[in-house]
Amino acid sequence: METIETNQPSSSAVLTPATAPKRGRRSAAAVLGERCIEGLIRLCGISAIVFVFAIFFFVFREGAPILFGGGTGGHGVTEPGAAKPSFDLAKFLFTKTWYPTSLNTPRYGIGALIIGTFSVTLLAMVIAVPFGLGAAVFLSEFCGKKVRETLKITIELLAAIPSVVWGFIGLTVMNVVIQKVFKVQVGLNVLNAAILLALMSVPIIVSIGEDALKAVPDSYREAGIAMGCTRWQLVWRVLLPAAKNGLLAAVLLGVGRAVGETMAVLMATGHSVNIPHSIFDSVRTLTATIAAELGETAEGSDHYRVLFLIGILLFTITFIVNLLADFAVKGIRKK
Amino acid sequence: MTTDTLTPSSAAAGVDYGITTRDLNLWYAKFQALKGITVNIQKGIITSLIGPSGCGKTTLLRCFNRVNERYGYVTTKGEIKLLGKNIYDEDVSLIELRKSVGMVFQRPNPLPLSVYENVVFGLRIHDDKGLKKSDRDDAVEKALTEVGLWNDLKDRLDEKAITLQLEQQQKLCIARLLPLKPEIILMDEPCSALDVSGTRAIEELMFALKGRYTIVIVTHNMAQARRSSDECIFMLMGELVEHSRTTDLFITPKNRKTAEYIEGRYG
Ligand SMILES: Nc1ncnc2c1ncn2[C@@H]1O[C@H](COP(=O)(O)OP(=O)(O)OP(=O)(O)O)[C@@H](O)[C@H]1O
Ligand SMILES: [Mg+2]
Repeated sequence: METIETNQPSSSAVLTPATAPKRGRRSAAAVLGERCIEGLIRLCGISAIVFVFAIFFFVFREGAPILFGGGTGGHGVTEPGAAKPSFDLAKFLFTKTWYPTSLNTPRYGIGALIIGTFSVTLLAMVIAVPFGLGAAVFLSEFCGKKVRETLKITIELLAAIPSVVWGFIGLTVMNVVIQKVFKVQVGLNVLNAAILLALMSVPIIVSIGEDALKAVPDSYREAGIAMGCTRWQLVWRVLLPAAKNGLLAAVLLGVGRAVGETMAVLMATGHSVNIPHSIFDSVRTLTATIAAELGETAEGSDHYRVLFLIGILLFTITFIVNLLADFAVKGIRKK
Repeated sequence: MTTDTLTPSSAAAGVDYGITTRDLNLWYAKFQALKGITVNIQKGIITSLIGPSGCGKTTLLRCFNRVNERYGYVTTKGEIKLLGKNIYDEDVSLIELRKSVGMVFQRPNPLPLSVYENVVFGLRIHDDKGLKKSDRDDAVEKALTEVGLWNDLKDRLDEKAITLQLEQQQKLCIARLLPLKPEIILMDEPCSALDVSGTRAIEELMFALKGRYTIVIVTHNMAQARRSSDECIFMLMGELVEHSRTTDLFITPKNRKTAEYIEGRYG
């Protein structure tokens, strides 16, 4: 093929510009231009990796010293003569007293914050997963083209609402609704934040879940239909097993979204350090703590470093969740 | 509807027909894929459907269990009777219809489940309530034995069906129909994805199943139609050209177009 085309360069260049070998006929400037564009595109691709590592490096640099160097005594200046209280990672993770601003004995236990993050995320998923997967199934299997397009646009709109607006809704609308409906004193609590997070992760779950269902080969559907499946049996017995990896990935990415969300939970959880005993208790999350406190800390102080350490923890959690989602998509078949 | 509406109600003129159609027309949107098909397919024998690509063999086959209807743009006109029962009657439930009409596809399409679950799939979706585990185990053994897979797979029932060889997959696709005791089995080029030995195995299986089931098989392979079918239907451009005993059709075709096709002038 190629020899033929190079023999008739003019016609091939017109007919099949994409495949015809055309290097020889191009001007040096055009070649150079193409090289430049190619390089630029490559740079864009690589930059993503560079940025991720740069961010991780920065967060780690700010947070890590406290792990290795111990405390500096509160305000960035090492008090002469004072024995450095060594930083205890286990204490950091598993105790629940968060008193970073205490003058004498600041305590940095993020146990309650971790539980706060997890309780809100868990409840959000309890709400979002059935809704999200249900909507994904409906979109891909049960509705007509028009309804599907309309719904998809609406769901994308849902994804486009800024999180501070969600927080606003939580603070004003949901707060009152929860107080009225459940007859509780405070409407800013786990439930409030979880509902917001659920609404924020549903779009992700729906769109990725729908892709997963779309990717199920039609031959499976035909097999099921020809065996006499009802529509519901087809979903339950054929599509869900066939798409389970993709659906799992959808859920995990939803989890990642919920764990990392900051503004809405800051506004809707009540922001009090507390181990919740019911969904009507106020809590505080890891993300909200950083957002609320980092601006007030002196650079290089213990408090400052501990907040960065929380950042590292969040980074690790979302990294693991995303990695799991990735594995789920590829499907770890060999066991 | 219950199954008994699909059992034979009359034995017309001494011959039992498994499938009869009268003036069957089908359109994919505006395109007419079947034109006035009238055919009587005998019960308990193997009938092959041959014809050049795009002549409507698959379409006709898929009318018999009404799976064509899953595309919204399909219109069907005419009458189709399976074992004397009009399948477009109000009281016919699609679920029961498809339970009694099994279909084997061109590419083996076992479900992404274990071998065991594939075989009991039909039982699970149709009448799982009264069944004990031992009933299901029996059904699996019986069905796999019937298609000749039991010895190979009896220790691998928990493996994913999609990891089997293609030939085994296709046999499994036949095996999963059997626990439902279908009356009719429709096969759409069941061997086209298989090699010679796989093809032979499926053909032998068809012979073993013949008699108990009415089998309709679409094939591109003239030799296969000749070897394996009792009657043969030749289609062209959505029309039925000739339907007779296979030996007659291949040795003394009545229609000139049939003769040209089986000589390999087109197709
Ligand atoms: N889902 C569909 N939508 C629209 N047109 C279709 C569809 N399926 C088949 N057709 C058209 O209907 C005609 C008959 O198709 P059919 O698949 O029945 O032919 P066939 O005889 O089975 O061909 P082959 O031997 O290639 O399998 C073809 O022209 C095809 O393009
Ligand atoms: Mg076909």
